[in-house]
Amino acid sequence: MNTALTTFALHGIDARVVTVEVDVSRGLPNFVIVGLGDRAVREARERVRAAILNSGFEFPQKRIVVNLAPAHVRKVGASFDLPIACGILAASAQIPATDLARTAVFGELSLTGEVRPCAGTLAVAEAAHRVGIDALLLAPERVEEAALIEELEVRGAGDLAGIAEVLRGDRSDVRGPAPREAPRAELPDLADVRGQHEALEALVIAAAGGHNLLMSGPPGAGKTMLARRLPSIMAPMTRGEAIEVTRIHSVAGLHSGGGLVAARPFRAPHHMISPSGLAGGGATPRPGEACLAHNGVLFLDELSEFPRSSLEALRQPLEDGRVAIVRGQQSAIYPTQAMLVAATNPCPCGHGGTRRCQCTEADLARHRRRLSGPLLDRIDLLVVVERPSSAALRGQPAMTSAQARDRVVAARERQRGRLADTAARTNAQMDAALVRRFAALSPKAERVLSGAYDQGRLSARGRDRVVRVARTIADLAARERIAPADVLKALGLRQEIGVAHEGAA
Amino acid sequence: MSDEALPCVACLRRTWLLRELSGAIEIARNGQRRLPDLLALPDGVLARALMPGRAAEILRCVRRLDSHSLREAYTKAGLVAICRHDPRYPPSLRDDRAPPAVLGARGDLGLLGRGAAIAIVGTRRCSADGAEVARGLGRGLAVAGVTVVSGMALGIDSASHEGALSAGGPTVAVLAGGADVPYPARKRRLYNDIAGLGLIVAELPPGTRPHRWMFPARNRIIAALGAATIVVEAAERSGSLITAELALEAGRDVGAVPGPVLSWRSAGTNALLRDGAVVVRDAADAVELALGVEAVVAPDARLAGLPHELRRLLTQLDGTHMTVDALARTPADLDAVLCGLAELELRGLVRRAVDGRWGPVA
Repeated sequence: MNTALTTFALHGIDARVVTVEVDVSRGLPNFVIVGLGDRAVREARERVRAAILNSGFEFPQKRIVVNLAPAHVRKVGASFDLPIACGILAASAQIPATDLARTAVFGELSLTGEVRPCAGTLAVAEAAHRVGIDALLLAPERVEEAALIEELEVRGAGDLAGIAEVLRGDRSDVRGPAPREAPRAELPDLADVRGQHEALEALVIAAAGGHNLLMSGPPGAGKTMLARRLPSIMAPMTRGEAIEVTRIHSVAGLHSGGGLVAARPFRAPHHMISPSGLAGGGATPRPGEACLAHNGVLFLDELSEFPRSSLEALRQPLEDGRVAIVRGQQSAIYPTQAMLVAATNPCPCGHGGTRRCQCTEADLARHRRRLSGPLLDRIDLLVVVERPSSAALRGQPAMTSAQARDRVVAARERQRGRLADTAARTNAQMDAALVRRFAALSPKAERVLSGAYDQGRLSARGRDRVVRVARTIADLAARERIAPADVLKALGLRQEIGVAHEGAA
Repeated sequence: MSDEALPCVACLRRTWLLRELSGAIEIARNGQRRLPDLLALPDGVLARALMPGRAAEILRCVRRLDSHSLREAYTKAGLVAICRHDPRYPPSLRDDRAPPAVLGARGDLGLLGRGAAIAIVGTRRCSADGAEVARGLGRGLAVAGVTVVSGMALGIDSASHEGALSAGGPTVAVLAGGADVPYPARKRRLYNDIAGLGLIVAELPPGTRPHRWMFPARNRIIAALGAATIVVEAAERSGSLITAELALEAGRDVGAVPGPVLSWRSAGTNALLRDGAVVVRDAADAVELALGVEAVVAPDARLAGLPHELRRLLTQLDGTHMTVDALARTPADLDAVLCGLAELELRGLVRRAVDGRWGPVA
């Protein structure tokens, strides 16, 4: 007797349908699993046998062949345990097979028959709904996550016996609570920051226009503290964005049940990370830090310490907002729309600019060269972060995250209206043509910018960057036309420095 | 043709002899022979003193070099050779104790005889402030029509050349190797700029790679070309101090820029000041040293018509590099300060250092 049921294999951050075919026939007792599974799948044999026996069922003393179709898709992980067990029970008529046609099954088994949660539940639920499956059966811890796909009937049971009861209809459905809107997260607040007026302003501009930011300052000045607070001033995630983030984090095993991820991600990989750890990859493709920071912030502390190869690997993903990882004949696409915030010491000794600095001009030039890797070109803003003065520490915070967020949201709203029918979502994403179209400078502002350009203080690309930032500054001030002050402020915050005197040297 | 005499063979041969004896000069220098003393010796005595065994052979070889091929070496390298007997040969070198026999030159030869010249030297490992001072001195002297002489080394030397060039610059770079060999290689762009606007000279024949002894030898030319030598930043026992010493020997003035007593970069300059060097704080002091008159400081054209707020911002920056936060006491001031700094930068009055701070342009 044979039976077939549906489960899913993770592929990148998507799930693909896998049909589990179980054939139980007469012959010497034997149990094989075919269909390009990895070790975890092959070891499922032992878990499934023990779980079936320990749950009070009978393990058929027959020839059992399990096929995971399509046979050319690699299957990874332990999530095939539960579907295989259900298939065997149905094929040996210990549970009814009727419900299995419209239900997908997903989960790992323990030897005692417990159902364990697996990574990637939301991706599986989305895929189930997409291919027209009505119900999903899994570990109870993940019911709430899968229930984010509202059209899907999600049922959970803690052990194999419970699963059998659900399939027999002996037990009413266990459905998670109705999915909430993305909840407000408790994020560190800008109100904790004293002083740092320039950096705060730069954070607001960065968040409003999606500009990448470089902070320069001695260790302990508060660069990381500031960067950590960037998610709190970005617009709250839409439900769609939150679902994307939840799906990615679930696949990566960072999201342990519960509903939506509430906070925009903040990822701060150490500089020893490998290129594939940053951009994604590995033998079994995994999302990299750029993908885990999707819809959030990727913070690279000590930018000059990152190996060039890592930064090189990160450049294209940050530019395109996605990265394709190709392995064998398959490729997986990971979204990587993250804001980049980088931090660096001002000089090799860290005391740059103060009398304590022992670095020579040559040291500084070398430091700058190490920095000026592939990523610097993608960074629009540069601010100096210094230890705040003691007077500033005693003073009042300049703004709260809520106040900053209101300004950011309003500026984003203006951009959305303007960029509605284009590929860009933020000012930072405008290409040269869009800059010309949407960043109208007042004649005086144009004169200021041309002055800077003609003096050789800007490269052609740097000029566009200044215009984009000026566009955002004008958006924050609710101005449609860019004023001279906006251009000056953008020039004052620009990342590209030193073009002029390098030219003279 | 009278003005542009051909370099005479004897002089040309002298430079080739120096190149031949390069290794021996290096050894002799380490053996406590003073370099200017050595270089003052006539050909035969020099060769016999340095290489008693091979002197005759070397002298014979050098004597065999014919005038045509020697001159051609210069023209091929794009250089003009000016020998001691050429009217264009700088008078300030002529009365030196050991004047170079020939100068290979590229650029504006007029700079050699024209007007006052000041040498600026200092450490290669200079601080950002030191570079700014050197740049300011270079610019100020160039504006006053004084030629800036230096050695195109990293650090202070290059900064002073850059300063002079930024003012459209009369500046002379004296190289240790051949005048057609940009050294250090990293300064190739500066070399081209100086060759275009100023003048490159060197004692040794074209194509010569610099050897250690050639740097102090080059320093004696720098010291002799300048009516005075200004040391910007120098450690104790450094090449810059040797230059200052050579300048004193040649009867030139020495000036030094004072610095913090705890910094090794100021140890040399402060020691010079204690020994009686002239204090040089800015371009005006340098011009006074060069021209011997109190310089009439022309009002800085860049400051003309500067609005009151910008002028105040500029005085706040006075002399050091500062962050925007240090300039803007309250968040309300932030925009004004950022815009003000950008505007001052466009006027060429401030500049953002590589670490992101703002500082004045000297």
